[in-house]
Amino acid sequence: MVKWTDFERATIQDIFSKIDYGVVGPAALSRCLIVYPWTQRYFGGFGNLYNAAAITSNPKVAAHGKVVIEGLEKAVKNMDDIKSTYKDLSVLHSEKLQVDPDNFNLLADCLTIVVASQMGAAFTPQVHAAFQKFLAVVVASLRKQYY
Amino acid sequence: MNFNLCPLETWVPRLTMSLSAKDKETVKTFWAKISSSGDAIGADALSRMLVVYPQTKTYFSHWKDLSPGSAPVLKHGATVMGGVGEAVAKIDDLSAGLLSLSELHAFTLRVDPSNFKVLSHNILVVLALMFPTDFTPEVHVAMDKFLAAVARALSEKYR
Repeated sequence: MVKWTDFERATIQDIFSKIDYGVVGPAALSRCLIVYPWTQRYFGGFGNLYNAAAITSNPKVAAHGKVVIEGLEKAVKNMDDIKSTYKDLSVLHSEKLQVDPDNFNLLADCLTIVVASQMGAAFTPQVHAAFQKFLAVVVASLRKQYY
Repeated sequence: MNFNLCPLETWVPRLTMSLSAKDKETVKTFWAKISSSGDAIGADALSRMLVVYPQTKTYFSHWKDLSPGSAPVLKHGATVMGGVGEAVAKIDDLSAGLLSLSELHAFTLRVDPSNFKVLSHNILVVLALMFPTDFTPEVHVAMDKFLAAVARALSEKYR
């Protein structure tokens, strides 16, 4: 089981209570599609992803960005058992969506960068470490059901 | 894109993914805006790396103080960003321009090249928090590609 310090728990709750899901989710997903364009392979039905401007203004990307971050909220609410919280999501990503799990790290990196840009100096090294630890647990849990 | 990877470049695609003219322009323009904060960027990126990726501390066992903002961290952060600035100036031929730095990292420092990606990520995080409006997705991808190209050039002399 993952051990969280009081600081880590408080930090994760704090970050997710302060960020605007409608901003951070879409920003992280669109950044991922722009910075790592091969990730676009999973979004063939999303229409125009031709350039950065198109991706940033694409309503399907924005909607899906929000879905992703709302999915993260499940982990925020169940920090002591993210692994079983994400069992079905892991099966979904491996069997139905067939997402290469290395891509989870790419999206995680983009999320870190978006949250950093929102928080500025408040995103101290210690807060940053807690956030990346949280994302690492999320990614490991999403990878769990792959075979 | 050619993803024929050798173990040294586990995350960096081979030569075919190089910097376009637009990438170079984006990097140079952004660097012009931020270079006066180079020392602060380097210090924060290094501080952060030592906290978020504690395995990197193994390269600095000779320092008395590895905490964020300590004297050796500040000094070394400035040194590292000085190197990045040099790379921006030599962006048209990073292999030739960073030859001696590559030899330093390969033969003297022997930093495992996987750490280049780790430090690059921390630099990008610092750029995002210090320059949120300027660090757009387009600048982000150009800087990510640039730092990857720098890492490639630094890895050249390893073997």
